[in-house]
Amino acid sequence: MSSAVNSIALKSILHKEVHRFMRIWVQTLVPPAITISLYFVIFGSLIGSRIGEMGGFDYMSFIVPGLIMMAVITNSYSNVASSFFSAKWQHNVEEMLVAPVPNWVIVAGYVGGGMTRGILVGLIVTLISLFFTDIHIHNIWVILISVSLTSAIFALGGLINAIFARSFDDISIIPTFILTPLTYLGGVFYSISLLPEFWQGVSKANPIVYMVNAFRYGFLGITDINLTVAFSVLGVFIVALFAIAMTLITKGIGLRT
Amino acid sequence: MNNALEISNLEKVYKGGFTALKGINLSVKQGDFFALLGPNGAGKSTTIGIMTSLVNKTAGEVKVFDHSIDNELEQAKSYIGLVPQEFNFNQFESLTRILVNQAGYYGVDRKLAHQRAEKYLKKLDLWDKRDDAARMLSGGMKRRLMIARALMHEPKMLILDEPTAGVDIELRRSMWEFLKELNGQGITIILTTHYLEEAEMLCRNIAIIDQGKIVENTSMKALLSKLDVETFILDIDNGTDIKLSDICYRIIDEHTLEIDVKKSQSINAVFTQLTELGIEVRSMRNKSNRLEELFVSLVNNNVTGS
Repeated sequence: MSSAVNSIALKSILHKEVHRFMRIWVQTLVPPAITISLYFVIFGSLIGSRIGEMGGFDYMSFIVPGLIMMAVITNSYSNVASSFFSAKWQHNVEEMLVAPVPNWVIVAGYVGGGMTRGILVGLIVTLISLFFTDIHIHNIWVILISVSLTSAIFALGGLINAIFARSFDDISIIPTFILTPLTYLGGVFYSISLLPEFWQGVSKANPIVYMVNAFRYGFLGITDINLTVAFSVLGVFIVALFAIAMTLITKGIGLRT
Repeated sequence: MNNALEISNLEKVYKGGFTALKGINLSVKQGDFFALLGPNGAGKSTTIGIMTSLVNKTAGEVKVFDHSIDNELEQAKSYIGLVPQEFNFNQFESLTRILVNQAGYYGVDRKLAHQRAEKYLKKLDLWDKRDDAARMLSGGMKRRLMIARALMHEPKMLILDEPTAGVDIELRRSMWEFLKELNGQGITIILTTHYLEEAEMLCRNIAIIDQGKIVENTSMKALLSKLDVETFILDIDNGTDIKLSDICYRIIDEHTLEIDVKKSQSINAVFTQLTELGIEVRSMRNKSNRLEELFVSLVNNNVTGS
């Protein structure tokens, strides 16, 4: 179909996705704001004041980028996972499958919706963090690129999870058992340079370390990971996950019989 | 004129080995009102699923307005409007949003989509509900919503899979009128239904599918002309002692008589004999729909023959 037709189809999916999470904003936007505020209060203000400096910054300033990124990751993932699985479960995904919508438009539409929610929650969390600390901006482009790439990676991950999921339980297993541990061990609360050399090496197998460090560099100008390496890793993940999502939808795994 | 639909040697074997379609061939002319009938599990929904890409075929070819679903799937899909058997819209969205989003998937811009949504919601008597969540609608309203949704991109071919299931007779009749109106505008309509009266009333051509095979594919007129015997139920006064010659009949009770009239016989002969016996006929009706009798006989023959 023509690019104009595809563009309207993409806008329609995006519109539907954004409207979905805005309609239930009490469930989608408020909880992450409250959760991250508690992190700010407990880890930043109460415990953080006793920790002292990390990477040359007070502990609150150090953890703010990581906590924003944590909110972006969780929300980008869960938005697409729950929305696409609901569409599968109610069969309204068939509305798109019977229409002349190319598969890449379906993937882009859902990922775009997940990114919009992830980044919107990130902005809300950033605004809340202003009540607790001043925000430094070292390089806005690094912030924008790293948050966009990270959000896209986890939105793609959520989509793949939803394609395979057969029940609502299946879309909570990955966040609980994989995403949360990786995020907590991904350098949100500490610099991996504090770890023994062996565990530093192990941490570098965790993709979230690259995301958090690139993002933190954008704010504070400090990182445990070379920026080029970090962006390369993110790029490879995006290409690989996009290819997997496209293959699954094209083959109709979990969608067509 | 090219056909709206061409199906050649279509086969479908599901995982687990169940063969749903055993090489069916079917063509539907442009502008036709076509009935695809068959018992449950015969392969109707699988055929529709393949045409609309919800089911992957095992072998064969499907062309929609000359566009093969193998290499021109998007063009082929753009011609089809589908009204599926199950409600498959987002139950939490408003009617207007469901329609406007659906139009968007076909490349209809939002301004035009809103105009069309108003047109079809009014036409299908849903305009007052336009801002309600779809889950609030009654069953009949949900069926009409699915018809409106299928029309949002103004398709050249409308496929309706059991569109009047669970719909009351008054509403069913108004839907028939609407479908006739759409067909009159040149839209090719393919209908599957369990109400054979519906198929007989609306459709010009018919295919009967059973156990994955087409057992009949002809015009409705030609099919109905194959009916050799029609069974009538007569409501009579006091008919316990009835003896009719050359007529196959059954006395159900003193007020009900069933007669089988062959095409070669005149029904007048029955009335003459009943009059001579002093029995009055109060009313008369078909025991079952004519198409239903043929359908049962064709499907039974297929079962016996297989």
